[in-house]
Amino acid sequence: MYRYDQYDQQIVNERVAQYRDQVRRRLSNELAEAEFRPLRLQNGLYMQIHAYMLRIAVPYGLLSSRQLRMFAHIARKYDRDYGHFTTRQNIQFNWLKLEDTPEILADLASVEMHAIQTSGNCIRNITSDEYAGVAVDEVVDPRPYAEILRQWSTFHPEFAYLPRKFKIAVSGAKEDRAAIAVHDIGLSVIKNAQGEVGYRVLVGGGLGRTPIIGSVICEFLPWQHVMTYIEAILRIYNQYGRRDNIYKARIKILVKALGIEEFKRQVETEWADLKDGPGTLTSEELNRVSSYFTAPAYEKITDVDPGLASFKSENKAFANWLDQNVKPHRVPGYAIVVLSLKKTDVAPGDASAEQMDAAADLADQFSFGELRITHKQNLVLADVKNSDLVTLWKIATANGLASPNIGLLSDMISCPGAEFCTLANARSIPLAKMIAARFDNLDFQHDIGEIELNISGCMNACGHNSVGNIGITGVEKKDHGEWYQVSLGGSKGNNSSIGKIIGPSFSFNQVPEVIDRLLQVYLRERIEAERFIDTVRRIGIKPFKEFVYAAEIADGEEEISVFKPAQYSVPFYSQRF
Amino acid sequence: MIIKNKAIVNDDWTVLRLAENEAPENVTVPAGKVIVPLKVWCAQREKLQDRDDLGVWFASDERPEALKDDIGKFTVIAVDFPKFGDGRGYSIAYYLRARFGYAGELRAIGDVLRDQMFYMQRVGFDAFAPRPDRNIQDALKGLNDFSEAYQAAVDQKSPLFRRVQRNENTSADL
Repeated sequence: MYRYDQYDQQIVNERVAQYRDQVRRRLSNELAEAEFRPLRLQNGLYMQIHAYMLRIAVPYGLLSSRQLRMFAHIARKYDRDYGHFTTRQNIQFNWLKLEDTPEILADLASVEMHAIQTSGNCIRNITSDEYAGVAVDEVVDPRPYAEILRQWSTFHPEFAYLPRKFKIAVSGAKEDRAAIAVHDIGLSVIKNAQGEVGYRVLVGGGLGRTPIIGSVICEFLPWQHVMTYIEAILRIYNQYGRRDNIYKARIKILVKALGIEEFKRQVETEWADLKDGPGTLTSEELNRVSSYFTAPAYEKITDVDPGLASFKSENKAFANWLDQNVKPHRVPGYAIVVLSLKKTDVAPGDASAEQMDAAADLADQFSFGELRITHKQNLVLADVKNSDLVTLWKIATANGLASPNIGLLSDMISCPGAEFCTLANARSIPLAKMIAARFDNLDFQHDIGEIELNISGCMNACGHNSVGNIGITGVEKKDHGEWYQVSLGGSKGNNSSIGKIIGPSFSFNQVPEVIDRLLQVYLRERIEAERFIDTVRRIGIKPFKEFVYAAEIADGEEEISVFKPAQYSVPFYSQRF
Repeated sequence: MIIKNKAIVNDDWTVLRLAENEAPENVTVPAGKVIVPLKVWCAQREKLQDRDDLGVWFASDERPEALKDDIGKFTVIAVDFPKFGDGRGYSIAYYLRARFGYAGELRAIGDVLRDQMFYMQRVGFDAFAPRPDRNIQDALKGLNDFSEAYQAAVDQKSPLFRRVQRNENTSADL
């Protein structure tokens, strides 16, 4: 993976000093909160309901065991012994004190990490394919390009105060695992007929209140031009993106308003002046950065490990895990292992300090000391020998990291929701837990097969509700109660689509029954091994809708204990309830 | 007092801002060194073009192209930041410097604060009128927050990777 040189380290160190002084000025009231707010946000620090939340960048989701151990250290020293991995491959700590944050950044800088631009109206952390470099279907390794863009976007002077946040994702495989179609800019690294590397550039995708699939602005952009082309896009956006209404400020609204043809014309006019200028990437720089992403020292393994097959046939739990959490690797004898952070009764994406240390140990022992964070909020060990899988599974199981549910119903995405976030209308995590408890039966989950259930506490869609096969969104009604809208047919990847709302919203207690009914329709209608999303696409949402609303859904009295986020043992006092 | 070329200096320019009841066509531009709104310059160009003691300032929603043909007339151009979170002024500065070759003083006015000044400097501002309720000595420090930058900008035409020898990965593994 990439390692800082003196320049990277110096820039991050200077950031720590700058931020430390900003916090000092805030604490001495030299800076008003209104002025400090955008400064702390550009450093990933939010003021949540209970405490400060710090979002730390994990560039394109890749990190070393040493860095993960630092997260465990931060969790223990400054937080409540856990962290929360996010859909943009970052990590968040939820219970921090403002006074501690400069020290946390200094700790991070000591392991080549930072929180730069993890929030605010600027270019955010670049995300990528969690299987980059090891995927069977990879065309070009996207990591060097993602790192080059990380550097280019870090403290870009002209684009630090954009109309709204700006997210870029890069994918280099046939199957898009980075959700590039729902990013402000989605880059697909491809090869043309001549074998030259370039990008297919999407622009104007996004989730939030107005979910939109990105439009192609350039079918093939030679790799040298990526930075100048993106600069042109951003300059147009910075000048013409709306600033009068926060809900209409993302680039997707500008692209829709102008039309992709006119937007492209403006971008290309702007780009004509930048093309081949000093911002053009050189092969020397590409080679330099690529030198950090060479393949590790794989062993030459030719035979299938016989122990694996026999252990699999004897142990059903292992067999389930192997089927669900272990993915094919491009090198014979190796596998990609997904460590699940989705366990019934734990918030999706949460990991304890002990689990982080355990995962770091697993990485050191079995996977060249590296890990990845997935956009579905799990961890990945990318280079595991098949012959190590049994041992690894046993250790992962002992540490609660081996739920065999990757891609299944309980592999949910959920935002933090109203217990933490001031934006949310409704709770997400207790709902996720309630759903996980209701469908806890793994055989049932395996029967349902691949499905994506995504939950957001509000329209801002941090939980990717609009691209969930089943999407659940907390909505606000006049009574200020807690209501959930259910959508169907959303999807990420090569065939991205936005889900359709099935009808009137439901109460907290009704949602699991709604999901049950949707699944019943699927089981009734599916043809052979058809996935949930394919059945929805084939028959449309009407049969689902009819069945869900046909009979009344009981709305039982809610247990008072559900109102307390049990895991965190704090009183729940969102002003909304 | 303003900051100019990284030093605190006296300032003898006045910034003319229109009151609500004033129109750009008929507002009186006082004598002496005045930085007038772009709208006033455009509306009264005939009358003002022979004065050599004028500057022009841009509102954040105005287009830099509007001054393209007149740019050589001015030794001071200013860009107003109505709120520090309004980033359009950075692109206006970029155009004035990088596209239209403006080489005179480029001044940031309005909600100008220490923590944005490093970025402002990079896109071509060389003069800053920090918000009057702030200590100008402190504001000056903001220009030195970072000693290096990755990307090309107006102040440094070449990105880091073209300027210095950077490390390659020499270790076989981590």
